[in-house]
Amino acid sequence: MSVDLTQFIPSFLEESFEGLELMESSLLNLEQGDDETINSIFRAAHSIKGGAGTFGFNHVTEFTHLVETLLDEMRDGRRNIEADDVELLLESVDCMRLLIEAIRDERECDSEKIAENSKRLEEALAASGSVMSEALTINADDAPTDNSSDIARWQIKFIPEHHLVQTGNDPLLLFNALADLGKVSLEANTKELPTLNDIDAEELYLSWQLTLHSNASEADIREVFEWVEDECELIITKEVQDQPLEAVTEAVTVVNTLEGSSQNEQADLTPPIEAHFAEPTPKNNTDKPVSKSKNDLGSIRVGVDKVDSLINLVGELVITQSMLSELGSDFDLSKVERLNAGLEQLLQNTKELQESVMRIRMLPISFAFNRFPRLVHDLSKKTGKEIELILKGEQTELDKTVMEQIGDPLVHLVRNAVDHGIEPAQVRLAHGKPEKGTIVLDAYHQGGSIVIEISDDGGGIDRQAVFNKALEKGLVDEKTTLTDSQVFDLLFEPGFSTAKEVSDISGRGVGMDVVKKNIQSLGGRIQVESEQGKGSTFRVNLPLTLAILDGQLVRVGKEVYIIPLITIVESLQPQKELINRVSGDMLLYRLREDNVPVIPIYQLFNIPCEFEHIESCLLVVVEADGQKIGLMVDDLLAQQQVVIKSLNDNYQQVQGVSGATILGDGSVAMILDVAGIIEMALTKAQINQQHQSSVQSQITRSISAGVNA
Amino acid sequence: MDIQMLAEDVPVEGEFSLEGIDFITSGDQYLTFLLADEQYAVDILCVEEIRSWGNPTRIPNSPCYIKGVINMRGIIVPIVDLRMKFNIGSAIYCETTVVIVLTVETENKTRTIGFVVDAVSDVLNVEASDIKSAPAFGGCVPQNYLQGLVNVGENVVTLLNVKVLQEIEKHQLI
Repeated sequence: MSVDLTQFIPSFLEESFEGLELMESSLLNLEQGDDETINSIFRAAHSIKGGAGTFGFNHVTEFTHLVETLLDEMRDGRRNIEADDVELLLESVDCMRLLIEAIRDERECDSEKIAENSKRLEEALAASGSVMSEALTINADDAPTDNSSDIARWQIKFIPEHHLVQTGNDPLLLFNALADLGKVSLEANTKELPTLNDIDAEELYLSWQLTLHSNASEADIREVFEWVEDECELIITKEVQDQPLEAVTEAVTVVNTLEGSSQNEQADLTPPIEAHFAEPTPKNNTDKPVSKSKNDLGSIRVGVDKVDSLINLVGELVITQSMLSELGSDFDLSKVERLNAGLEQLLQNTKELQESVMRIRMLPISFAFNRFPRLVHDLSKKTGKEIELILKGEQTELDKTVMEQIGDPLVHLVRNAVDHGIEPAQVRLAHGKPEKGTIVLDAYHQGGSIVIEISDDGGGIDRQAVFNKALEKGLVDEKTTLTDSQVFDLLFEPGFSTAKEVSDISGRGVGMDVVKKNIQSLGGRIQVESEQGKGSTFRVNLPLTLAILDGQLVRVGKEVYIIPLITIVESLQPQKELINRVSGDMLLYRLREDNVPVIPIYQLFNIPCEFEHIESCLLVVVEADGQKIGLMVDDLLAQQQVVIKSLNDNYQQVQGVSGATILGDGSVAMILDVAGIIEMALTKAQINQQHQSSVQSQITRSISAGVNA
Repeated sequence: MDIQMLAEDVPVEGEFSLEGIDFITSGDQYLTFLLADEQYAVDILCVEEIRSWGNPTRIPNSPCYIKGVINMRGIIVPIVDLRMKFNIGSAIYCETTVVIVLTVETENKTRTIGFVVDAVSDVLNVEASDIKSAPAFGGCVPQNYLQGLVNVGENVVTLLNVKVLQEIEKHQLI
């Protein structure tokens, strides 16, 4: 009987990752004498080990075994919980994650790091007196000295109960695991094998006599049989080690003659198994069937309450539907009121259903926050700063896609806060601040968006230093007066870093611009607030979901377009005195102190325009990448939430358009991509400068003629 | 239960007559349509639906034969005017003008595109052996779009390669 275990591998992986996360967070909170936490870490490690053993991931089992042994000592109070051990365990958790990720991706992992780590674990174990003494008691009878070079010969009698294989255990896997401990030879005893007619295919009638040459302790060997302990008779005896090899084979023959009546299948069984032993780990990798599709779409764990509420809503929808269809089958004008009520109810139901479905994609932000305690722990070790991390609003929910993409920018911001924000302890004390720095990660909802704040109580941003750096880079000139927020925005310029020295944590000046770009690609914004000496706050504003956006419907000619509300600075009726034509054919609109380039959409998109005078159109001032432009539109229509549909699915990316949506009347409308439009306008301007397209300037001239009329 | 009895209950072949139903054949089936006076055909298994012509939403800066996109039950479907694409006849929109929506699966991805034609006419059964290769003597339709020619009575029907039709990025001229 063979159960296809590979089908359970994905759930093993998922559970293991959860276990690792639990181990990590518990390790960070670990205190002396906290049995409950130690126990939960131990349990997590143990179930990973057990699972890995079941699937034959021997390297995971071996490594986790070391971790588990260390944890076991802590649990039993044989070892004090030292910071070094916790550190080692945290690194071991990383290694386990590497190993399991390697299994998931079906590739080899960085065995060097693993080997180094397991060596350190072994050293830690060896250093502890308790292990020594334990090892010594085992070997007390014949090997009182160093036990590592001491190859002993173990006789193992393994008599499984008949139903062993029905519980999912495969003796072959056990023997493979034994083979990892040392050289194994074995012989099967077929004494109990019934005649062919009486054989139940699902029963195991064999028993084995194994001989193991290994320096492993008895406990190690028992460990291999841990999962079948209750279902077999196991006799492990140690023989005198210095017997010559001939004597070993002799001993085997002696055993054979003792059980002379039984048929001896050794000759048949041993060769294939030994061939298997010769290449233990790589074989496992190549043998694995490639069942997992590479383009894994991922899964979401959804709370039962969310599913229940969905089911309730669908139930209501069905009731409303049947009510309406009953009404429709026998309708006259006297029932109009009931129809209206029914339609109202339908509207309500669909709205709730929509919200409910969107909620399924929402996950608490703690998924993204969870990695930060570890990060800050490591960073504070590295920098020698004492830092406390406070997480707030972890239950704030965020769309899964947004969550996945916001992780890296947040890591960057937190790294920055540790490295640049928090000052070294002596500086802090000199400024009369507590020695321990504080970083607060906070998330909350604000309107239709989520705000994530990363604040530190460090030195704040040195406004002058930023300004000087910008001068040096030629981004500003000396005379410009900038507001604080404008100065802080300079931090997001490419290649900008005020760190005096580049550390391996941050300061290379790559990053903040990438952070900003990533956040913007999610349709979000980032703002900085800082007070010198008090600390700084980075505030990230993100849309709740990527699937829905708040849009402003505008009309251009006969077309309706949607401008994302988040990009709109203001909308205004242009006054002709404020329109200036500069450098031949560029239109600028004087918006208070700013000169905003005016971009006529109809011209960019090659669609017929309707208005005759520029005053009759409207200007929507939008901003992207720090650049403001005025989009010329004919009319402002409604503001509404729209569901974003990709044009890529059946068509292709269109410049200046980020997607399409379906309006209430069933027609399709394009959603404008402001950054793309700016890019289009720039390229167009460049082409015009080169070729002086006559049509282009003619159009602009006619507009300005309208202005001057 | 008597096995003999059971066997008698099983209908004998031919008992339910399929006479008059001519769609069960060994060959492939094609949907034929008109562009001006010429007959063209596409593999019927790719046809998602046939819609009446309705004004689509324009896509900015697209070639003239891409009329825009429509909403087909929540899916955004681009519309290509085949007459303009192949430069056959005049692109007038009248009562018989229809949109044939074709779906093709390529590289784990389905793509749905609508094509404007003058009229749909018939369903054609074609044996693979009846398909003749198209001679490469000019014509408005580029050679790579052609799958072959089929003689139907007096007329010649041009079979179009749906996969090539669907490669909309290659349609782009601008």
